[in-house]
Amino acid sequence: MRLLEYQAKELFAQYGIKTPKGISSKNIEQARNDAKQLGYPFVIKVQVPVGGRGKAGGIQKCHNDDEFELKYPQLLGMSIKGEKTRAILLEKMAEYEKELYLSLFLNRSKRCYTVIASSEGGVEIESVKNQVIREVGLGDVDSQTAEEIAKQIGLQGRTVADFVDMLQRLAKITIEKEAELAEINPVALLKDGSLLALDGKVVTDDNSNFRHPETEKYQEKTELEERAEKSGFTLVELDGNIAVVGNGAGLVMSTLDMLADNGGKPACFLDVGGGATTESVYEALTLVSKMKKVKAILVNLYGGIVKTTTVAAAFIKAYDDKLIDLPVYARLMGSESEKSKEMLKNTRTKMFDSVEDAINGVVMEVSKRG
Amino acid sequence: MADIYELLRGKKDADGNWQKVPVIVQGITGTFGSLHAKQMLDYGTNIVAGVTPGKGGQKFEGKVPIYNTVKEAVDATGSKVSIVFVPAKFFLGAATDALEAGIKLLVSIPEHVPIRDTMQVIELAKKNDAIVIGPNTPGVMIPGLVKIGIMPASPFKPGNIVVLSKSGTLLYEISNTLTKAGFGQTITIGIGGDPVNGTRLIDAFDMVKDDPTIEGMVIVGEIGGDAEEIVAQHIMDINFKKPIVAYIAGRRAPKEKRMGHAGAIVMGTYGSAESKISMFNMANIPVAKRPNEVAVLLAGKLEKNKD
Repeated sequence: MRLLEYQAKELFAQYGIKTPKGISSKNIEQARNDAKQLGYPFVIKVQVPVGGRGKAGGIQKCHNDDEFELKYPQLLGMSIKGEKTRAILLEKMAEYEKELYLSLFLNRSKRCYTVIASSEGGVEIESVKNQVIREVGLGDVDSQTAEEIAKQIGLQGRTVADFVDMLQRLAKITIEKEAELAEINPVALLKDGSLLALDGKVVTDDNSNFRHPETEKYQEKTELEERAEKSGFTLVELDGNIAVVGNGAGLVMSTLDMLADNGGKPACFLDVGGGATTESVYEALTLVSKMKKVKAILVNLYGGIVKTTTVAAAFIKAYDDKLIDLPVYARLMGSESEKSKEMLKNTRTKMFDSVEDAINGVVMEVSKRG
Repeated sequence: MADIYELLRGKKDADGNWQKVPVIVQGITGTFGSLHAKQMLDYGTNIVAGVTPGKGGQKFEGKVPIYNTVKEAVDATGSKVSIVFVPAKFFLGAATDALEAGIKLLVSIPEHVPIRDTMQVIELAKKNDAIVIGPNTPGVMIPGLVKIGIMPASPFKPGNIVVLSKSGTLLYEISNTLTKAGFGQTITIGIGGDPVNGTRLIDAFDMVKDDPTIEGMVIVGEIGGDAEEIVAQHIMDINFKKPIVAYIAGRRAPKEKRMGHAGAIVMGTYGSAESKISMFNMANIPVAKRPNEVAVLLAGKLEKNKD
């Protein structure tokens, strides 16, 4: 789960990492009070679960009521890279000397955590040449290691102790909240030599959620995503109009790639898991039926030990129950595929032997109907 | 490092046949575990024991004895190989039980295992010189000989091509197209779709690269992490000459979204398909645009290698 900035900063505050004074809100009525409490000037920051909001105009300075009344609704209505604004953070501006970078990051190939620090912050870390990288096993950073890193990025005086403190607290968050990434970019170096977290990004391991009821409140799932998860599916909603359904993440990704390569616009990625039963496919169709934008469904199932007739039965039931009235282009690999073709003959489901043919069919169908 | 071939097929007997190595199934009484234990038995895998705490003394399918712990199962059978089917939250316990009992090849099927648990299991496996495949893997198989996993049997035929894959269903899909094109498989290893894998792509590559019988290799990757980049670099570094073809799923997936697998996520530029494809290209490894294209590209590479 990717925490929004204000949520990451709530964690920072709990763990004693200093952040600028700020208040988050989801409507202007509440935000007017927040603005009074905070006092001008401050920055208005869009809260979205993607990077690049600064460049997209999602961070604005605000000096008075007029500016606030103009900018707050603008930012609240913004979308960045297809992600709608989830909330707004009003935050006091800090005066600082320099921006630094600090993160704890799960290095998947080395299978350990790494500390990444740099004296150049505020930009994407990939573009920074001057990085210090230290492997720290399961995430525990001792004070000697932290101090060495501080000195390697050129910190001096009281800032060294502040850095050690900040890094060790960040490590504690990483371990206790099972984060894949805990990043502060930028860290502000203030005039008095102390450090302040100006931004925060924390990505936790979804598979550890069952051990962390305390972060449940940060879950931002749509109703459909939640329902999909209950069935053991993965649903990612997308912008297009062709629903992509399949079994196994790799196969569904591959289907989505081929559909997009052929000019189709995926409406969703729906992985019903390794197997496929009448019930699971029926549930998948139920989910798709609730997405108004969908004009056709592309299904790619690799049966293996599953009989394709059980899948065909799900389509027939979905039409009989008037659950869907959409054309389905399906490729069902598995046993008894001739029999399932026969079963689906007089329905709106067309069966294909190759996924390429199913894709060509569905793209033509959707473009024909405009 | 432990030898995966030896663990899977032992040594040849006097008649030149491979041994049927004894295999334990942890979680053999569960719905999923029992279904696949049966499938593996049907394939000819030598399942000698099951483990389900509290059900020791019972028998699976009337013949396979069930034990309460892996230790008891190992003591009774001498097995060094186990396949785990337990809910994700019990994986750490089950894997620890197996590794401490002397299991040297642990095939880890569960999906949704927390990364921290996987990392702890890997630490223990390193200490005990054991191989962990997965978690979130379809398993490993030598077609025609042994199947330790949840893959259907039909896509696979014995042959001389290695298939390494992060994804399960794509492993079946691509092996099926290979088989149809006349390319059987020496061994197929599912790496798993998690961010952290007991056996990384590069480890799997190293396990099989010196096998003189292999004629080529297929690497099925997907967005997320940098396992593909690292294996491509390694292939260049050691100047590996046998033909390799790759496939990468997720080229058109949005950034910062987890695409079904916990590991299938692009963060910034880390894990992007572009990065993987360009590294494979640098290593002179063609990357198929569709699963169906893999066999065609491989045939081309094999043809060229003959000249």
